[in-house]
Amino acid sequence: MSAAFSQAWLLDETPASRSQAAWGRRYRAWLDLRSNPLAMIGLVVVVAFVILSLAAPLLATHDPGVQNLTNRLAKPSVAHWLGTDELGRDIYSRILYGGRVTLGMVIAVVLLVAPLGLAVGCIAGYSGGAVDRILMRVTDVFLAFPRLILALAFVAALKPGVESAVLAIALTAWPPYARLARAETMTVRNSDFIAACRLTGAPAGRIVLRHIAPLCVPSLVVRITLDMSSIIITAASLGFLGMGAQPPSPEWGAMIATAKRFIFEQWWVPTIPGLAIFMASLAFNFLGDGLRDVLDPKQR
Amino acid sequence: MIKVEQLRVRFGDNEVVKGVSIHVPAGGSFGIVGESGSGKSTVLRALSGLNDAWTGNITIDGQSVGPRRNRAFFQKVQMVFQDPYGSLHPRQTIDRILSEPLLVHGIGDIERRIETALAEVALPSAARFRYPHQLSGGQRQRVAIARALIAEPEILLLDEPTSALDVSVQAEILNLLADLRERRQLTYILVSHNLAVVSHLCPTVGVMLGGQMVEVISAEDLRAGKTQHPHTSELRALSVGLEEPA
Repeated sequence: MSAAFSQAWLLDETPASRSQAAWGRRYRAWLDLRSNPLAMIGLVVVVAFVILSLAAPLLATHDPGVQNLTNRLAKPSVAHWLGTDELGRDIYSRILYGGRVTLGMVIAVVLLVAPLGLAVGCIAGYSGGAVDRILMRVTDVFLAFPRLILALAFVAALKPGVESAVLAIALTAWPPYARLARAETMTVRNSDFIAACRLTGAPAGRIVLRHIAPLCVPSLVVRITLDMSSIIITAASLGFLGMGAQPPSPEWGAMIATAKRFIFEQWWVPTIPGLAIFMASLAFNFLGDGLRDVLDPKQR
Repeated sequence: MIKVEQLRVRFGDNEVVKGVSIHVPAGGSFGIVGESGSGKSTVLRALSGLNDAWTGNITIDGQSVGPRRNRAFFQKVQMVFQDPYGSLHPRQTIDRILSEPLLVHGIGDIERRIETALAEVALPSAARFRYPHQLSGGQRQRVAIARALIAEPEILLLDEPTSALDVSVQAEILNLLADLRERRQLTYILVSHNLAVVSHLCPTVGVMLGGQMVEVISAEDLRAGKTQHPHTSELRALSVGLEEPA
């Protein structure tokens, strides 16, 4: 095993062991991803944003919460790289710290929503009958509610704040994933390879978890990355209505919402957080598209 | 070993299998022929437990089985499907596909068993970490056979195992199945629309027509043309005509 993790070892056409085969597959997936320029741009931007947010205390030039009313709505300058907002706070520092709140919210929502939607959809699709009908009607109920109103009601019932906003958005965002996962499950549930799984005597839970759910993941990944920008916007709307991130906590959506009245005179104040959201959403989209291709071994 | 009595299967209002009875002794091999829609695959699916909307009596190895089967049943009875392109999970490597039955039944020694299973169906060990779409149709059907056999069942249900393959590969798979039966003392039920395939592997053949078994005949009688029912003669004439074009 002295050659472990060398390129030849990873690309060996006839792997000698299970772990070699698994690492080879991962390496090939990585090569695939690397050969897709858009996906790589997405990956680099996402990683950069995450690192910038995590390193915010080291990189910020000002305290994101300190107000300076004599220097409000300043143009970008050496002292304030991206200018200041309506309360004289440094936008550059607020963007860095805001990344923690905004990206944190997005990632938390996705981590809550994706497994829930996948589980509901796969279980409904595979079980069929009464279970399917009950789960899908519950999904319809959530789908029928106006998203923002339901989130608003939910946050109002809890206490306003980032955690409640995450829960509220998650609560309203899962039904489309459940629908998607169910549709994917329906296309494979009667296939011979699932029949073969049933013939091994595997319990239904194992079949759903190990054989059906992995088939639904790629389309879910794409859908999630497409939804990331709308999650950011919903978080911003909640913040704007006073139900999400509470001021003075910097949050990209809330930063746009409060600065949008300056868009004609001091355009950079709302534009810069807007650019941050735009770049993050686009990067997630590119990455998601690339991941979908890589996740499907048939494409290779 | 397998005893089926008065098996009836209905899909909605449509009765597809109308009282079929089959007896197969241990180590025996029974063929079912019939045109498409005659209910021959449905019989097999009811036997394997994939279809639970049947009535009648099914006895396997002296034990009567109901619509729901337990794990011990699935360790005893396995099935090979018609379409090797559809019966292997598209996102799993051969290794994963073959280890699944072992994991479910809690059989250890996975590494060695997979090696043996691949060798037994004459697949190169290089195929082990491939995906199904990287293999040919014949190789895939070998994988499907290996998967069916890896938990060491006693009964193998074969649903048109060769009809999706081209003729040269068909012969290989049939010979493989014949070898395996001899080596492992397996009991087969083979369903096919091809009389030549069935009579090659099965000493006894049942002919199905419209959900009924109209004749049970030995392969020799079939070859010699000593048929009783007109449908059997018809099928025989067709297959002879196809094999030896005038």
